[in-house]
Amino acid sequence: MKGMTIIVKTITRWVKLFIFLFGIYVTLTGHLSPGGGFAGGVILACSFILLTLAYGKEYALSRLSLKTAKSLDSIGALIFLLTALIGMWVTNVFFDNVLQKLFPGTDFMLYSSGFIPLYNIGICLKVGAPLFVTFIVMAAMRIRINDKGEREIIQEEEEE
Amino acid sequence: MFITEIYLLVLLVFMIIAAIIAVEIKSLISSVISLGAVGVGMSISFLFLAAPDLAIVQIAVEVLLLIFLIRATLGREIVSEKGAVTIPLRLLSIFIVLVILGFGIIAFRNLPEFGKPVFSLVPEAPSNSYIQHGLKETGSANIITAVILDYRGYDTLGEATVLFTSLLGALVILRAKTKKNGTKVINHKETKARGGE
Repeated sequence: MKGMTIIVKTITRWVKLFIFLFGIYVTLTGHLSPGGGFAGGVILACSFILLTLAYGKEYALSRLSLKTAKSLDSIGALIFLLTALIGMWVTNVFFDNVLQKLFPGTDFMLYSSGFIPLYNIGICLKVGAPLFVTFIVMAAMRIRINDKGEREIIQEEEEE
Repeated sequence: MFITEIYLLVLLVFMIIAAIIAVEIKSLISSVISLGAVGVGMSISFLFLAAPDLAIVQIAVEVLLLIFLIRATLGREIVSEKGAVTIPLRLLSIFIVLVILGFGIIAFRNLPEFGKPVFSLVPEAPSNSYIQHGLKETGSANIITAVILDYRGYDTLGEATVLFTSLLGALVILRAKTKKNGTKVINHKETKARGGE
């Protein structure tokens, strides 16, 4: 049987969704309360790492494949850059928060600070996906020295 | 101002020469040491440009990198010197520790009072302006988010680039297609068929 014992599996089944939701909450309210994209992304990655530890990596990869995670990483970077470029397009200043200047929301509400929630979402993807990918890569691909002294890379078959 | 520019020019020439030596020299360890010289020059030039925090980061990263690279180029052997610890040596080390302690106490005297941040002593510090006008200018109630994503957006972009590059590096090193230098890639199923790991 892959993964850990039935106790860990049952607790993981109950808890995983709450961890995931908490990560999303921390990301989306990053401009209102302590937290933000970095912390939220790490929490999201933690929920998938918990799945990997409890159920084995086939299960985790069936939920979020390596290819999707890589794409999410790139999408996060693109969200961040394109949002910064919008400011350049409108007022010729890179990283200008034009949305806040043109359509300011009510302070202390979810829609307040213009582009900052978007930046947070981009950073969340940018931090969470690489953490998951790095964990999987470190856990799934191992280098060992065989009897003849050659380096071997042991690797799961990756569906592209 | 003029003197600072001359200093910077000398440092730049020094760094360029050290970088050329680091690229061209045959011996690996000399190359690593030249690279360290480039880093020290960079750190001192940051100091001249009135960016002390960057200088601290640069020197810390450079020291760490130098240790890593020397460890990697020296191979597995660690050269250790063995000898009896004599009483004068021990006294000398105690003396050095006491001197460092003395400097630490002097530095603590100069720190502001507990609970009073440093920027409250300097009225024109940028932190004061962030705290006073942060909510009005960015609309973000969390002032830290306002600083890292609005006032200091370039830094965050740089951090995101570092993350992206590190992921690329990990994937390139551990990907399947490294068949050079006698490296074999084995699939997991094959390993299982051969009787596990």
